[in-house]
Amino acid sequence: MSEIQIDKIGLKVGLEVHQQLGTGKKLFCNCPPIESTDYPLKFTRRLRIARSELGELDPSALFETSKQKTIMYYANPESSCLVEQDEEPPHEVSPDAKETALIIASALKTNIFSEVYVMRKLVIDGSNTSGFQRTMLVGLGGSLAVDGKSVGVQSICLEEDAAKLLNDSSDLREYTLDRLGIPLVEIALEPVSGTPQEIKKIALTMGRMLRATKRVQRGLGSIRQDVNVSIEGGGVVEVKGVQKLDQLEKVVEYEAKRQHGLKIIQEKLQKLDTERIAKEMDVKDVTEAFRNCQSKTIRKALANGAVVKAIKVKSFSGMFGFEPYPGIRLGKQLGELVRFFGLGGVFHSDELPNYGIEEAEIQQVKKILKMQKNDGFLVLAGESQKLDVVIESIIRRIEDAKVGIPAETRVATLTGETVYLRPRPGASRMYPETDIPPIIVTKTEMDEAKKKIPKSWEEGLLEIQRQYELNPQLALQIFDSEYLDLFELICKDKRVSPNFVSSILCGTITNLERRGLNSELLKNSDISKTFEFLAEGRIAKESVEIIFESIMNGKASSIEDAIEKNAMNVMDDSELNAALDGLISDNIEIIEQQGMRSMGPLMGMAMKNLRGKVDGQRINQLLESKIKARIDSDSRLA
Amino acid sequence: MSPTGYKGKSLEFLKKNKIEVGNLVKIQADSTYLGILMPRYEYSDDNHIVLKLKNGYNIGLEIGKISHIETESHPSAKKDTVSHHQTDPELPKILLISTGGTIASRIDYRTGGVTPALTASELNASVPELSKIANIDTEVLFSEYSENLLPEHWIKIAERLNSCARSEYKGIIVAHGTDTMQYTAAALSFSLSGFPKPVALVGSQRSSDRPSSDAALNLIAATKFLVKTDSSGIFVVMHNSTSDDEVACHWGTRVRKNHTSKRNAFQTIGGSPAFIVKNDSIEKNPLFNSPQNAFTPKINFNSKVILMKYYPGLDPALMDNAVNSGYKAVIFEGTGLGHVGKVMYDAISRAKRKGLFIGMTSQCIDGIVRMTVYDSGRDLLHLGVIPLGNMIPETALVKAMWALGNAKDTDEMEKMMKENTSLEISD
Repeated sequence: MSEIQIDKIGLKVGLEVHQQLGTGKKLFCNCPPIESTDYPLKFTRRLRIARSELGELDPSALFETSKQKTIMYYANPESSCLVEQDEEPPHEVSPDAKETALIIASALKTNIFSEVYVMRKLVIDGSNTSGFQRTMLVGLGGSLAVDGKSVGVQSICLEEDAAKLLNDSSDLREYTLDRLGIPLVEIALEPVSGTPQEIKKIALTMGRMLRATKRVQRGLGSIRQDVNVSIEGGGVVEVKGVQKLDQLEKVVEYEAKRQHGLKIIQEKLQKLDTERIAKEMDVKDVTEAFRNCQSKTIRKALANGAVVKAIKVKSFSGMFGFEPYPGIRLGKQLGELVRFFGLGGVFHSDELPNYGIEEAEIQQVKKILKMQKNDGFLVLAGESQKLDVVIESIIRRIEDAKVGIPAETRVATLTGETVYLRPRPGASRMYPETDIPPIIVTKTEMDEAKKKIPKSWEEGLLEIQRQYELNPQLALQIFDSEYLDLFELICKDKRVSPNFVSSILCGTITNLERRGLNSELLKNSDISKTFEFLAEGRIAKESVEIIFESIMNGKASSIEDAIEKNAMNVMDDSELNAALDGLISDNIEIIEQQGMRSMGPLMGMAMKNLRGKVDGQRINQLLESKIKARIDSDSRLA
Repeated sequence: MSPTGYKGKSLEFLKKNKIEVGNLVKIQADSTYLGILMPRYEYSDDNHIVLKLKNGYNIGLEIGKISHIETESHPSAKKDTVSHHQTDPELPKILLISTGGTIASRIDYRTGGVTPALTASELNASVPELSKIANIDTEVLFSEYSENLLPEHWIKIAERLNSCARSEYKGIIVAHGTDTMQYTAAALSFSLSGFPKPVALVGSQRSSDRPSSDAALNLIAATKFLVKTDSSGIFVVMHNSTSDDEVACHWGTRVRKNHTSKRNAFQTIGGSPAFIVKNDSIEKNPLFNSPQNAFTPKINFNSKVILMKYYPGLDPALMDNAVNSGYKAVIFEGTGLGHVGKVMYDAISRAKRKGLFIGMTSQCIDGIVRMTVYDSGRDLLHLGVIPLGNMIPETALVKAMWALGNAKDTDEMEKMMKENTSLEISD
């Protein structure tokens, strides 16, 4: 194992930025883009593959079909209508969304088409009730300036967002419809070579430019990056669902490592005497040999009437577990592949005996497969018909390993790794949306859009800095954060110090997240209400963090709940006076001995009891005056 | 206009440059584009051409901005990727007659036209489940959107079905557009009253070119129903809810399309569907019994019938005009329990004197007409208007066309209209 040299592998990264637009309505109906909390409607569907306009079948759609899942949708009439249910044709394209797309395209100097066609992009994983995503190519070409360098723009599309996945089990997938149909612009940038840090800078700049239009949605999930990563000699891997910029950097690093690892595996395989797996010869039913197997995965599958199959892979001994970089193994790639078909996993010869599979079973498999010394094998369990499809995919994946890095679509994990999602889709997934006539872009509309190109993001930043009297660093942090809109809302009347608000939004919440707390539990409405309470004097400054912590760790369900649970109802002055007087009389000796220096230890004791109930500064003032009065009276007596 | 949708300047431009739809072309404009020239929508302008780019997107390019266009290659012959399916001699045989509509349509842009043909192979390839339920023969009778269908088309379908009355088929599927499906269902129910086999009219509310189409499930359910049922007669088989789980079999004279776009647009009026096809069972409505009349096909229709919706302000002269234009029967879609305003009385009398049949249904759609409750109803009965029970207005119209086509005079027509021929009147 060695350290990867990222600048020597011909790394190329192309970003596809998806930004939700802040139009207040969906792209093809008037539903507002709000997140519902309950879903009175539910219904189930099954999607089938449909041929493209040119009569072809798309590989990624075929792949989804092979999984044969039922899809359940949950809907609330406040956030979706018959259009999202695929029970009514789309309405006219939102004029607001169209204008915003034109403004963004103009700002990026893109060639805009005067006739734009709405297309159906086949997506049959259920994320669109129709089985396709409506998308239109608005323009091609253009550029974005990043640190004085120009990054090419490939294309700009206006499209609808997909439904949100709730749950995915082996035969049922569940989605909510609130997000489906929210307008998005997709900006595809030219692939560039550069370090992960430089790539992150490009994404950051793109995001800032979009936010400067003031016509885009803010908040977590409102901007997502797909990242196309390749290294020299390999296929392009598309990674979907990168929501945060720190994650982007990690994803690029991980992919570089994974792809280069696969290349090293390929080079090693080329030196071996491998053969394509012959389904008739090399795949055997070994169910009987595993009847008494202790492996949980296998026992569970057998209890459901599954069969166990073993695959012989010539000369692969040691290759499944071979690790060119930490965590990069062919075995792991195969595991991801089978899990996507809803199988528990696949066992390979390099990791056995283990996981409840014993030597005796291994010997039987070797016998049944007629294994030679250097051969490897795979064992997997599942429903017979499904297993056939999975084995086909495994055979293809092993062949791909001999060629190097397969072009595929992967999905980013929260920790910045990637897992297999599906084969890369092609042009054959496009079909014209026959329900909507072509959209005409007039010269007047193009001229209007040019006039509305936003000021540069730096100007927008300066404006925030001035308006809220923030220091440049804090202003930039809040500008780049997902909380800018919320910040402006909370600070509009400046009842709470903008400096304090921005440090909580950009610092405190991030710190709590780093401690492993879940920021998704903390809703924007909770945040603004907390600051409202602060402005009204119902809570102390110190309470803000405590409240957020209780909500983010799941201990409190609301602000009121958090206040109650932490017993931090604000003390009134008489209570505070009584508490401090009590403190002083309990510690009179320290005051007599140390004079004003006793302030330190007494303040510590006071805060221990009063934190969150009274503003710290107020305690400090009052305590100081009380100690002073005490000393004065003592000296007078003396 | 050419069949590809191009006209005027754009058609001329393509001709001048010898470019045909389907060609891969290279275009020099504000930048260079490579793509396949696609057909154009009929009502688009003549300043643009449509290009399908390599990434699959279609775009419109203004011909004024094109400095150069040339053909890179011509369309290659399409491979027939449809594999031939195996038939299982153990399974029952079903005939599928296609008449058009979204269930069978698909665009072929290489030729620029619509391909209506739905071969057995294509059908089984797109809905593989079917081949496990039945052996399906397919034929295309005609290919029309159902809004274009005429009583002549009903006759064509009825005659084809009639020829299958003693055939080896266990049942017959009629693929049909949904817009006028209820009219065809009624027409077949009357003209083929007592038909000895089950017939399922099947359509789709989402076209079959989309993954979410309801066509497949409707077809699967119809096939299951036809194979398993002991009932015979004409049914409309469509989704029972928005979910892809239950499919309803509606009796042909009691069904109506009640929503413009939903999957479960078809509903049985005044009751529940005759059968519900679920994933692994078929549930019979205990209140439904198919009529036991002898099969005596009467395949004639006379369309000189007018369906007149009464509304405040309806001009009685319209009725006189209809009479003067040779119409022989009027079906009123009256208000409430079966009324029309006094303003119509004279015109009704004149029509009756000329021997027209005048029947009354209600625009409430659901419920029975009772013309003895109010004075106006009694007036109309006195004028000779015949109450038609809870017959759906459209069913009454079709029945009147059928009765008119088969009766020798108004008296016989009146008798036929009052008879419950095919459960068109339910209790």
